[in-house]
Amino acid sequence: MENVIEIQNLRKNYDDFTLKDVSFSLPEGYVMGLIGPNGAGKTTIIKLIMNLIMKNGGGIKIFGKNHTEHEVEIKSRIGFVYDTPNYYEHLNLKQIKNIIAPFYSNWDEPVFVSLVDKFDLPLKKIIRKFSRGMVMKAAIAIALSHHADLIIMDEPTSGLDPVFRRELLDLLYELLQNEKKSILFSTHITSDLERIADYITLILDGKIIFSRSKDEIFENYAIVKGGNELLNEETKKYLKGIRTGEFGFESLTDNLSEVKKKFGPDIVIDRASLEDIMYYSNLRNNHA
Amino acid sequence: MKIIIANSSPDPIYEQVGKQIKSQIISGDLDEGDALPSIRTLAKELQISVITTKRAYEELEKEGFIDTVGGKGCFVAMQNKEFLKEKKMKTVEEKLSEAVKDAKKLGVNMKDLKEMLSILYNEEE
Repeated sequence: MENVIEIQNLRKNYDDFTLKDVSFSLPEGYVMGLIGPNGAGKTTIIKLIMNLIMKNGGGIKIFGKNHTEHEVEIKSRIGFVYDTPNYYEHLNLKQIKNIIAPFYSNWDEPVFVSLVDKFDLPLKKIIRKFSRGMVMKAAIAIALSHHADLIIMDEPTSGLDPVFRRELLDLLYELLQNEKKSILFSTHITSDLERIADYITLILDGKIIFSRSKDEIFENYAIVKGGNELLNEETKKYLKGIRTGEFGFESLTDNLSEVKKKFGPDIVIDRASLEDIMYYSNLRNNHA
Repeated sequence: MKIIIANSSPDPIYEQVGKQIKSQIISGDLDEGDALPSIRTLAKELQISVITTKRAYEELEKEGFIDTVGGKGCFVAMQNKEFLKEKKMKTVEEKLSEAVKDAKKLGVNMKDLKEMLSILYNEEE
């Protein structure tokens, strides 16, 4: 299987933030969710992929090709939604479309018209008068209107209500009926990903914590709860981030089968959501 | 075909999907040669990931319940009737042993249990 995105030891240095040797890949035909708290580096990774900023090290291949050498060709095959789309505010959607469409040889006007209709977007209202949700919808409509093979979205669902988020998922599922289409999207609203994502990449403080299939994650990660007396140096090794309270502790493990052996029957095991995983992995008393 | 996913269930989703398709093959609701929805259609319909659906189908194929025909999709495999019967017998056995366990907990003896069983059996006739 071909990888549509292949990132190797990617590095970006800022004064106050470093993206540290990030590597992951996305096979063709699948969906990857990039999760992490604000400021973890999600947008930096996406900007590097889109060649909007320069990297300090490492390599990026998109569709198997170097992303800077084949930038034009690659970008024409990507549908991109930026977290804060900045369109000319005094133009209306129709004018914006007229500027953007010629850049894509595969631009499909009927698809665009039907999406605009579906999203209830006004064509003649200037962008400045759009709500954040409407701007996002406009960006999504444009990204989905040129038969892109890879959809990259940075926080596409922030500012959107749950009803539209579900509609967007439906659209993405529709797109995925074609096994040549792949999707990468970053979000901190992880419930969107619990459904559709095949792979999850968790990034914290510029570092990849894991990048693996969602099913594998849910098989190995779990919430562990129990009495504080169960916590000791040995058992703590299996926990990632511990919240202790007067009445007991709550924690996360990435090794469910070992935890069952080490802690015995006196614990409660709960399914961990992606949000739980993100939260506990980010706790400061992390021993991992 | 009917598949219902319970997010609250501790069983992984691929297992839930597999189990339900399997039980419909065993019960005869799905017949030999019936076409199953494509992996991507099923993922969309159930709003689960493609990998999860793929895994469910792969497990079913390994167990001999379905066949994948390249380029055409997945079909319910030719079923060995004896094998199916054995599978069904196994579920009967499982349910009975559960009943026996409960009976033992309550101190019901073998004779009373057998009597109960024969009454129930005859009622069903």
